[in-house]
Amino acid sequence: MAKKQVVSTTINGQQEEFLCEPRQTLLEVLRDVLDMTGTKEGCSNGNCGACTVLLNGRPIDSCLVLAVEVEGAEIETIEGVAPAGGLHPLQTAFLEQAALQCGICTPGFIMQAKALLEQKPNPTEREIRFYLAGNLCRCTGYDKIVRAVQQAATAQQEVQV
Amino acid sequence: MRDFDYAAPESVQQAVQLLSQANGSGRPLAGGTDLIDQVRMRRHEPDLIVDIKRIPELNVLEIGADGFRLGAAVPCWKITSNEDISRQYTALGDSCSIIGGVQIQNRASVGGNLCNSGPAADSIPSLIALEAVCVIMGPDGQREVPVAEFCTGPSTNVLKPGELLVELRFPPRPAHSGSHYRRFIPRNEMDIAVVGVGVSVVLDESGENFVSGRISLGAVAAKPLFAEEASSLLAGRPVNDETLAAAAAAARAIATPIDDMRGTVEFRQHVTGVLTERVLQRAIERARSGEPGSLHP
Repeated sequence: MAKKQVVSTTINGQQEEFLCEPRQTLLEVLRDVLDMTGTKEGCSNGNCGACTVLLNGRPIDSCLVLAVEVEGAEIETIEGVAPAGGLHPLQTAFLEQAALQCGICTPGFIMQAKALLEQKPNPTEREIRFYLAGNLCRCTGYDKIVRAVQQAATAQQEVQV
Repeated sequence: MRDFDYAAPESVQQAVQLLSQANGSGRPLAGGTDLIDQVRMRRHEPDLIVDIKRIPELNVLEIGADGFRLGAAVPCWKITSNEDISRQYTALGDSCSIIGGVQIQNRASVGGNLCNSGPAADSIPSLIALEAVCVIMGPDGQREVPVAEFCTGPSTNVLKPGELLVELRFPPRPAHSGSHYRRFIPRNEMDIAVVGVGVSVVLDESGENFVSGRISLGAVAAKPLFAEEASSLLAGRPVNDETLAAAAAAARAIATPIDDMRGTVEFRQHVTGVLTERVLQRAIERARSGEPGSLHP
Protein backbone atom coordinates (compact mmCIF):
# COMPACT_ATOMS: atom_id res chain seq x y z
CA MET A 1 0.00 0.00 0.00
CA ALA A 2 1.21 3.50 -0.82
CA LYS A 3 2.70 5.34 2.11
CA LYS A 4 0.43 7.69 4.00
CA GLN A 5 1.32 11.36 3.74
CA VAL A 6 0.99 14.27 6.12
CA VAL A 7 -0.91 17.17 4.61
CA SER A 8 -1.08 20.67 6.15
CA THR A 9 -3.93 22.95 5.17
CA THR A 10 -6.14 25.67 6.51
CA ILE A 11 -9.77 24.61 6.84
CA ASN A 12 -12.32 27.28 7.73
CA GLY A 13 -9.51 29.47 9.03
CA GLN A 14 -8.03 26.77 11.28
CA GLN A 15 -4.66 25.16 10.67
CA GLU A 16 -5.23 21.44 10.10
CA GLU A 17 -2.81 18.57 9.63
CA PHE A 18 -4.03 15.18 8.58
CA LEU A 19 -2.66 11.84 7.47
CA CYS A 20 -4.03 10.27 4.29
CA GLU A 21 -3.38 7.81 1.51
CA PRO A 22 -2.78 9.25 -1.98
CA ARG A 23 -5.94 7.53 -3.20
CA GLN A 24 -8.21 9.31 -0.72
CA THR A 25 -10.15 12.23 -2.12
CA LEU A 26 -10.57 15.53 -0.31
CA LEU A 27 -14.23 14.56 0.18
CA GLU A 28 -13.28 11.29 1.90
CA VAL A 29 -10.77 13.01 4.16
CA LEU A 30 -13.19 15.77 5.15
CA ARG A 31 -15.90 13.27 6.04
CA ASP A 32 -14.05 10.17 7.26
CA VAL A 33 -10.76 11.52 8.65
CA LEU A 34 -11.74 14.96 9.92
CA ASP A 35 -15.38 14.07 10.79
CA MET A 36 -16.64 17.12 8.92
CA THR A 37 -19.74 15.48 7.50
CA GLY A 38 -21.48 18.67 6.39
CA THR A 39 -20.00 18.18 2.91
CA LYS A 40 -22.10 15.51 1.17
CA GLU A 41 -21.28 12.77 -1.28
CA GLY A 42 -23.65 12.59 -4.25
CA CYS A 43 -22.49 11.12 -7.54
CA SER A 44 -18.74 11.05 -6.83
CA ASN A 45 -17.96 11.81 -10.46
CA GLY A 46 -18.25 15.58 -10.72
CA ASN A 47 -21.79 15.86 -12.06
CA CYS A 48 -23.90 16.77 -9.03
CA GLY A 49 -21.92 19.34 -7.02
CA ALA A 50 -23.14 18.02 -3.63
CA CYS A 51 -19.50 17.88 -2.44
CA THR A 52 -18.68 21.47 -3.45
CA VAL A 53 -16.17 23.22 -1.17
CA LEU A 54 -14.01 26.28 -1.79
CA LEU A 55 -10.36 25.59 -2.57
CA ASN A 56 -8.30 28.79 -2.38
CA GLY A 57 -11.58 30.70 -2.70
CA ARG A 58 -12.89 28.87 -5.77
CA PRO A 59 -15.64 26.25 -5.71
CA ILE A 60 -14.60 22.75 -6.76
CA ASP A 61 -16.02 19.24 -6.51
CA SER A 62 -14.13 17.71 -3.57
CA CYS A 63 -14.76 14.21 -4.95
CA LEU A 64 -12.44 15.10 -7.86
CA VAL A 65 -9.53 16.36 -5.74
CA LEU A 66 -6.95 14.12 -4.10
CA ALA A 67 -6.45 15.12 -0.50
CA VAL A 68 -2.65 15.08 -1.01
CA GLU A 69 -3.10 17.86 -3.58
CA VAL A 70 -4.32 20.39 -1.02
CA GLU A 71 -0.99 20.75 0.79
CA GLY A 72 -0.67 24.44 1.69
CA ALA A 73 -4.15 25.30 0.41
CA GLU A 74 -7.05 27.11 2.04
CA ILE A 75 -10.32 25.24 2.21
CA GLU A 76 -13.73 26.46 3.18
CA THR A 77 -16.58 24.05 3.91
CA ILE A 78 -20.22 24.42 4.94
CA GLU A 79 -19.11 24.14 8.59
CA GLY A 80 -17.34 27.50 8.26
CA VAL A 81 -20.20 29.44 6.72
CA ALA A 82 -22.39 30.43 9.69
CA PRO A 83 -21.12 33.09 12.08
CA ALA A 84 -21.07 32.04 15.76
CA GLY A 85 -24.61 31.78 17.10
CA GLY A 86 -26.24 32.81 13.82
CA LEU A 87 -26.82 31.97 10.21
CA HIS A 88 -25.28 33.21 6.97
CA PRO A 89 -27.74 35.26 4.83
CA LEU A 90 -27.78 32.38 2.33
CA GLN A 91 -28.75 29.91 5.04
CA THR A 92 -31.52 32.21 6.26
CA ALA A 93 -32.77 32.68 2.70
CA PHE A 94 -32.73 28.93 1.97
CA LEU A 95 -34.88 28.36 5.07
CA GLU A 96 -37.29 31.21 4.38
CA GLN A 97 -37.71 30.29 0.71
CA ALA A 98 -37.97 26.55 1.55
CA ALA A 99 -35.15 25.99 -0.94
CA LEU A 100 -34.54 22.43 0.24
CA GLN A 101 -36.38 19.24 1.00
CA CYS A 102 -34.05 16.29 1.55
CA GLY A 103 -31.09 18.61 2.06
CA ILE A 104 -28.33 16.48 0.52
CA CYS A 105 -27.56 19.04 -2.19
CA THR A 106 -27.88 22.05 0.12
CA PRO A 107 -24.32 22.39 1.48
CA GLY A 108 -23.02 22.27 -2.09
CA PHE A 109 -25.54 24.87 -3.27
CA ILE A 110 -24.70 27.17 -0.34
CA MET A 111 -20.96 26.98 -1.05
CA GLN A 112 -21.48 27.55 -4.77
CA ALA A 113 -23.91 30.44 -4.18
CA LYS A 114 -21.51 31.96 -1.64
CA ALA A 115 -18.73 31.94 -4.23
CA LEU A 116 -21.09 33.53 -6.77
CA LEU A 117 -22.12 36.36 -4.44
CA GLU A 118 -18.52 37.05 -3.52
CA GLN A 119 -17.71 37.42 -7.22
CA LYS A 120 -20.98 39.09 -8.29
CA PRO A 121 -22.95 40.63 -5.40
CA ASN A 122 -25.98 41.36 -7.59
CA PRO A 123 -26.31 38.55 -10.16
CA THR A 124 -29.13 38.27 -12.68
CA GLU A 125 -31.38 35.22 -12.64
CA ARG A 126 -29.60 33.91 -15.73
CA GLU A 127 -26.20 34.35 -14.06
CA ILE A 128 -27.45 32.52 -10.97
CA ARG A 129 -28.78 29.62 -13.03
CA PHE A 130 -25.59 29.25 -15.07
CA TYR A 131 -23.34 29.55 -12.03
CA LEU A 132 -25.34 26.87 -10.23
CA ALA A 133 -25.48 24.56 -13.30
CA GLY A 134 -22.94 22.22 -11.71
CA ASN A 135 -25.22 21.58 -8.72
CA LEU A 136 -28.13 19.18 -9.05
CA CYS A 137 -31.27 19.11 -6.88
CA ARG A 138 -33.94 16.44 -7.27
CA CYS A 139 -36.46 17.99 -4.86
CA THR A 140 -37.03 21.68 -5.42
CA GLY A 141 -37.14 22.18 -9.17
CA TYR A 142 -34.53 24.94 -8.65
CA ASP A 143 -36.90 27.93 -8.61
CA LYS A 144 -36.88 28.13 -4.83
CA ILE A 145 -33.09 27.90 -4.79
CA VAL A 146 -32.79 30.72 -7.31
CA ARG A 147 -35.19 32.86 -5.24
CA ALA A 148 -33.18 32.12 -2.10
CA VAL A 149 -29.97 33.27 -3.78
CA GLN A 150 -31.72 36.44 -4.96
CA GLN A 151 -33.00 37.08 -1.43
CA ALA A 152 -29.54 36.57 0.06
CA ALA A 153 -28.01 38.91 -2.51
CA THR A 154 -30.52 41.62 -1.59
CA ALA A 155 -30.01 41.00 2.15
CA GLN A 156 -26.22 41.21 1.85
CA GLN A 157 -26.45 44.46 -0.10
CA GLU A 158 -28.80 45.99 2.47
CA VAL A 159 -26.32 45.15 5.21
CA GLN A 160 -23.55 46.88 3.27
CA VAL A 161 -25.65 50.05 2.62
CA MET B 1 -10.25 3.84 -5.25
CA ARG B 2 -7.29 1.79 -6.47
CA ASP B 3 -4.05 2.22 -4.50
CA PHE B 4 -1.34 4.35 -6.14
CA ASP B 5 1.70 6.43 -5.27
CA TYR B 6 1.66 10.19 -5.65
CA ALA B 7 4.46 12.57 -6.60
CA ALA B 8 4.40 16.33 -7.13
CA PRO B 9 7.66 17.20 -8.91
CA GLU B 10 8.72 20.80 -9.44
CA SER B 11 10.47 20.45 -12.79
CA VAL B 12 9.63 19.04 -16.22
CA GLN B 13 12.76 16.90 -16.06
CA GLN B 14 11.71 15.26 -12.77
CA ALA B 15 8.19 14.66 -14.09
CA VAL B 16 9.47 13.03 -17.27
CA GLN B 17 11.89 10.90 -15.25
CA LEU B 18 9.11 9.74 -12.91
CA LEU B 19 6.78 8.95 -15.81
CA SER B 20 9.56 7.11 -17.71
CA GLN B 21 10.50 5.03 -14.66
CA ALA B 22 6.84 4.12 -14.15
CA ASN B 23 7.07 2.32 -17.50
CA GLY B 24 3.58 3.09 -18.74
CA SER B 25 1.86 2.78 -15.35
CA GLY B 26 2.20 6.47 -14.48
CA ARG B 27 -0.38 9.15 -15.30
CA PRO B 28 0.07 12.92 -15.12
CA LEU B 29 -2.53 14.76 -13.02
CA ALA B 30 -3.56 18.33 -13.82
CA GLY B 31 -7.15 19.20 -12.80
CA GLY B 32 -8.09 15.56 -12.30
CA THR B 33 -11.65 16.03 -13.49
CA ASP B 34 -11.26 13.19 -15.99
CA LEU B 35 -8.42 11.23 -14.41
CA ILE B 36 -9.75 10.81 -10.87
CA ASP B 37 -13.11 9.57 -12.14
CA GLN B 38 -11.39 7.23 -14.60
CA VAL B 39 -9.20 5.72 -11.89
CA ARG B 40 -12.27 5.27 -9.69
CA MET B 41 -14.11 3.57 -12.56
CA ARG B 42 -10.99 1.47 -13.40
CA ARG B 43 -10.67 2.86 -16.90
CA HIS B 44 -7.08 3.64 -15.91
CA GLU B 45 -5.10 1.63 -13.39
CA PRO B 46 -2.03 3.73 -12.60
CA ASP B 47 0.57 2.77 -9.99
CA LEU B 48 1.84 6.34 -9.90
CA ILE B 49 0.08 9.67 -10.26
CA VAL B 50 2.35 12.59 -11.09
CA ASP B 51 0.82 15.94 -10.09
CA ILE B 52 2.19 18.42 -12.63
CA LYS B 53 0.67 21.58 -11.15
CA ARG B 54 3.80 22.57 -9.22
CA ILE B 55 5.93 22.79 -12.38
CA PRO B 56 6.41 26.43 -13.49
CA GLU B 57 6.52 25.65 -17.26
CA LEU B 58 3.13 23.97 -17.06
CA ASN B 59 1.57 27.09 -15.54
CA VAL B 60 2.79 29.53 -18.20
CA LEU B 61 0.20 31.91 -19.64
CA GLU B 62 1.84 34.50 -21.89
CA ILE B 63 0.55 36.51 -24.81
CA GLY B 64 3.04 38.57 -26.77
CA ALA B 65 4.26 39.48 -30.25
CA ASP B 66 5.35 35.86 -30.80
CA GLY B 67 1.89 34.50 -30.03
CA PHE B 68 0.37 32.78 -27.03
CA ARG B 69 1.95 30.17 -24.77
CA LEU B 70 -0.38 28.12 -22.60
CA GLY B 71 1.04 25.73 -20.00
CA ALA B 72 -0.62 22.33 -20.08
CA ALA B 73 -1.84 22.57 -16.46
CA VAL B 74 -3.48 26.03 -16.65
CA PRO B 75 -7.11 25.66 -15.52
CA CYS B 76 -10.05 26.89 -17.63
CA TRP B 77 -10.98 29.71 -15.24
CA LYS B 78 -7.65 31.44 -15.86
CA ILE B 79 -8.41 31.41 -19.57
CA THR B 80 -12.00 32.65 -19.37
CA SER B 81 -11.01 35.45 -17.00
CA ASN B 82 -8.12 36.66 -19.19
CA GLU B 83 -9.17 39.60 -21.38
CA ASP B 84 -6.31 39.23 -23.85
CA ILE B 85 -7.29 35.64 -24.57
CA SER B 86 -10.98 36.58 -24.86
CA ARG B 87 -10.06 39.30 -27.32
CA GLN B 88 -7.52 37.46 -29.45
CA TYR B 89 -8.06 33.73 -29.04
CA THR B 90 -11.79 33.98 -28.48
CA ALA B 91 -12.72 30.46 -29.59
CA LEU B 92 -10.59 29.02 -26.78
CA GLY B 93 -12.40 31.27 -24.30
CA ASP B 94 -15.72 30.02 -25.71
CA SER B 95 -14.61 26.41 -25.18
CA CYS B 96 -13.35 26.95 -21.65
CA SER B 97 -16.57 28.69 -20.63
CA ILE B 98 -18.64 25.57 -21.43
CA ILE B 99 -16.41 22.69 -20.31
CA GLY B 100 -18.47 21.34 -17.40
CA GLY B 101 -19.82 23.78 -14.83
CA VAL B 102 -17.99 26.32 -12.70
CA GLN B 103 -16.57 23.67 -10.34
CA ILE B 104 -15.05 21.77 -13.26
CA GLN B 105 -13.70 24.93 -14.93
CA ASN B 106 -11.94 25.81 -11.68
CA ARG B 107 -9.87 22.63 -11.96
CA ALA B 108 -9.88 21.28 -15.52
CA SER B 109 -7.04 22.27 -17.84
CA VAL B 110 -6.98 22.58 -21.64
CA GLY B 111 -3.88 20.37 -21.67
CA GLY B 112 -5.83 17.70 -19.81
CA ASN B 113 -8.83 18.04 -22.11
CA LEU B 114 -6.49 17.50 -25.06
CA CYS B 115 -4.59 14.56 -23.53
CA ASN B 116 -7.83 12.87 -22.51
CA SER B 117 -8.47 12.95 -26.28
CA GLY B 118 -12.24 12.54 -26.18
CA PRO B 119 -13.77 12.87 -29.66
CA ALA B 120 -16.26 15.41 -28.24
CA ALA B 121 -13.72 17.41 -26.19
CA ASP B 122 -14.80 21.05 -26.32
CA SER B 123 -11.35 22.65 -26.42
CA ILE B 124 -9.84 20.66 -29.28
CA PRO B 125 -11.72 22.16 -32.27
CA SER B 126 -10.71 25.61 -30.98
CA LEU B 127 -7.07 24.55 -30.63
CA ILE B 128 -7.10 23.18 -34.18
CA ALA B 129 -8.82 26.29 -35.60
CA LEU B 130 -6.32 28.55 -33.81
CA GLU B 131 -3.38 26.43 -35.12
CA ALA B 132 -2.07 25.41 -31.72
CA VAL B 133 1.05 23.25 -31.56
CA CYS B 134 1.84 20.82 -28.71
CA VAL B 135 5.25 21.06 -27.08
CA ILE B 136 6.01 17.58 -25.76
CA MET B 137 8.92 16.59 -23.52
CA GLY B 138 10.03 13.00 -23.21
CA PRO B 139 13.02 10.88 -22.26
CA ASP B 140 14.47 11.49 -25.75
CA GLY B 141 14.01 15.25 -25.62
CA GLN B 142 11.50 17.74 -26.92
CA ARG B 143 9.25 17.49 -29.97
CA GLU B 144 6.40 19.51 -31.42
CA VAL B 145 3.16 18.16 -32.86
CA PRO B 146 0.31 20.27 -34.29
CA VAL B 147 -2.89 19.70 -32.29
CA ALA B 148 -4.58 18.68 -35.57
CA GLU B 149 -2.28 15.60 -35.58
CA PHE B 150 -2.27 14.89 -31.84
CA CYS B 151 -5.35 12.69 -31.36
CA THR B 152 -5.37 9.27 -33.02
CA GLY B 153 -8.75 7.90 -31.92
CA PRO B 154 -11.16 7.87 -28.98
CA SER B 155 -8.99 8.47 -25.85
CA THR B 156 -5.75 7.84 -27.77
CA ASN B 157 -3.04 10.21 -28.93
CA VAL B 158 0.57 10.39 -30.09
CA LEU B 159 2.08 10.61 -26.57
CA LYS B 160 4.46 7.73 -25.84
CA PRO B 161 5.08 6.35 -22.35
CA GLY B 162 7.19 8.83 -20.40
CA GLU B 163 6.17 11.79 -22.57
CA LEU B 164 4.49 14.84 -21.09
CA LEU B 165 2.57 17.67 -22.79
CA VAL B 166 4.33 20.79 -21.51
CA GLU B 167 2.56 23.62 -23.31
CA LEU B 168 0.47 24.70 -26.26
CA ARG B 169 1.83 27.40 -28.57
CA PHE B 170 -0.41 29.54 -30.73
CA PRO B 171 0.76 31.83 -33.55
CA PRO B 172 -0.03 35.55 -33.22
CA ARG B 173 -3.47 36.59 -34.42
CA PRO B 174 -3.51 38.55 -37.68
CA ALA B 175 -5.45 41.81 -38.10
CA HIS B 176 -9.15 41.40 -39.00
CA SER B 177 -9.35 37.92 -37.53
CA GLY B 178 -12.07 36.36 -35.43
CA SER B 179 -12.80 32.93 -33.97
CA HIS B 180 -15.64 31.05 -32.34
CA TYR B 181 -16.50 27.66 -30.87
CA ARG B 182 -20.02 26.42 -30.38
CA ARG B 183 -21.54 23.03 -29.75
CA PHE B 184 -25.02 21.61 -30.07
CA ILE B 185 -26.37 20.04 -26.87
CA PRO B 186 -29.95 19.22 -25.92
CA ARG B 187 -29.57 21.00 -22.55
CA ASN B 188 -28.53 24.55 -21.69
CA GLU B 189 -25.37 23.57 -19.80
CA MET B 190 -23.28 20.67 -18.54
CA ASP B 191 -23.60 18.24 -21.45
CA ILE B 192 -21.45 16.45 -23.99
CA ALA B 193 -21.30 17.94 -27.48
CA VAL B 194 -23.53 16.24 -30.08
CA VAL B 195 -21.57 18.27 -32.63
CA GLY B 196 -18.94 20.92 -31.89
CA VAL B 197 -17.47 23.38 -34.40
CA GLY B 198 -14.42 25.61 -33.97
CA VAL B 199 -13.63 28.26 -36.55
CA SER B 200 -11.03 30.94 -37.13
CA VAL B 201 -11.27 33.41 -39.99
CA VAL B 202 -9.03 36.16 -41.33
CA LEU B 203 -10.74 38.82 -43.45
CA ASP B 204 -9.25 41.48 -45.70
CA GLU B 205 -9.33 45.15 -44.74
CA SER B 206 -12.79 45.70 -46.26
CA GLY B 207 -14.21 42.84 -44.19
CA GLU B 208 -15.92 41.59 -47.34
CA ASN B 209 -13.48 38.82 -48.34
CA PHE B 210 -11.83 35.92 -46.60
CA VAL B 211 -8.05 35.89 -46.55
CA SER B 212 -8.10 32.45 -44.94
CA GLY B 213 -10.07 30.30 -42.57
CA ARG B 214 -9.77 27.15 -40.48
CA ILE B 215 -12.70 24.92 -39.57
CA SER B 216 -12.51 22.06 -37.10
CA LEU B 217 -15.20 19.57 -36.09
CA GLY B 218 -15.75 17.71 -32.82
CA ALA B 219 -17.98 14.74 -31.91
CA VAL B 220 -18.53 13.63 -35.51
CA ALA B 221 -15.63 11.18 -35.92
CA ALA B 222 -13.30 9.01 -33.85
CA LYS B 223 -11.20 12.10 -33.20
CA PRO B 224 -11.59 15.86 -33.64
CA LEU B 225 -11.13 16.74 -37.32
CA PHE B 226 -9.45 19.56 -39.19
CA ALA B 227 -11.85 20.23 -42.07
CA GLU B 228 -9.16 20.88 -44.64
CA GLU B 229 -11.26 21.14 -47.78
CA ALA B 230 -13.97 23.23 -46.09
CA SER B 231 -11.25 25.56 -44.81
CA SER B 232 -9.63 25.91 -48.22
CA LEU B 233 -13.02 26.86 -49.73
CA LEU B 234 -12.92 30.08 -47.69
CA ALA B 235 -9.52 31.39 -48.81
CA GLY B 236 -9.81 34.32 -51.20
CA ARG B 237 -13.60 34.07 -51.48
CA PRO B 238 -16.14 36.81 -50.78
CA VAL B 239 -17.97 36.68 -47.47
CA ASN B 240 -21.45 35.69 -48.62
CA ASP B 241 -24.07 32.99 -48.18
CA GLU B 242 -22.74 31.00 -51.13
CA THR B 243 -19.21 30.75 -49.70
CA LEU B 244 -20.52 29.79 -46.27
CA ALA B 245 -22.86 27.17 -47.74
CA ALA B 246 -20.03 25.63 -49.77
CA ALA B 247 -17.78 25.40 -46.70
CA ALA B 248 -20.62 23.97 -44.62
CA ALA B 249 -21.34 21.31 -47.25
CA ALA B 250 -17.66 20.32 -47.35
CA ALA B 251 -17.55 20.13 -43.54
CA ARG B 252 -20.69 18.02 -43.49
CA ALA B 253 -19.20 15.65 -46.06
CA ILE B 254 -16.33 14.58 -43.76
CA ALA B 255 -18.56 13.96 -40.72
CA THR B 256 -18.68 10.22 -39.97
CA PRO B 257 -20.47 10.30 -36.61
CA ILE B 258 -21.86 7.52 -34.46
CA ASP B 259 -25.48 6.85 -33.60
CA ASP B 260 -26.22 7.21 -29.90
CA MET B 261 -28.80 8.55 -27.47
CA ARG B 262 -27.63 12.11 -28.21
CA GLY B 263 -28.28 11.94 -31.94
CA THR B 264 -28.46 9.78 -35.02
CA VAL B 265 -25.86 9.79 -37.78
CA GLU B 266 -28.21 11.74 -40.06
CA PHE B 267 -29.00 14.32 -37.37
CA ARG B 268 -25.34 14.86 -36.51
CA GLN B 269 -24.39 15.29 -40.16
CA HIS B 270 -27.18 17.81 -40.63
CA VAL B 271 -26.19 19.72 -37.50
CA THR B 272 -22.55 19.78 -38.69
CA GLY B 273 -23.59 21.82 -41.72
CA VAL B 274 -25.93 24.14 -39.83
CA LEU B 275 -23.47 24.76 -37.03
CA THR B 276 -20.55 25.36 -39.40
CA GLU B 277 -22.47 28.20 -41.06
CA ARG B 278 -23.56 29.73 -37.75
CA VAL B 279 -20.12 29.52 -36.18
CA LEU B 280 -18.58 31.07 -39.30
CA GLN B 281 -21.09 33.93 -39.08
CA ARG B 282 -20.17 34.64 -35.48
CA ALA B 283 -16.43 34.48 -36.22
CA ILE B 284 -16.97 36.90 -39.12
CA GLU B 285 -18.87 39.32 -36.84
CA ARG B 286 -15.99 39.20 -34.40
CA ALA B 287 -13.40 39.73 -37.15
CA ARG B 288 -15.31 42.74 -38.48
CA SER B 289 -16.00 44.42 -35.16
CA GLY B 290 -12.75 43.53 -33.43
CA GLU B 291 -14.93 42.82 -30.39
CA PRO B 292 -15.31 39.33 -28.96
CA GLY B 293 -18.71 40.04 -27.37
CA SER B 294 -19.80 37.61 -24.72
CA LEU B 295 -18.01 34.27 -24.66
CA HIS B 296 -21.04 32.14 -24.14
CA PRO B 297 -23.21 32.09 -27.31
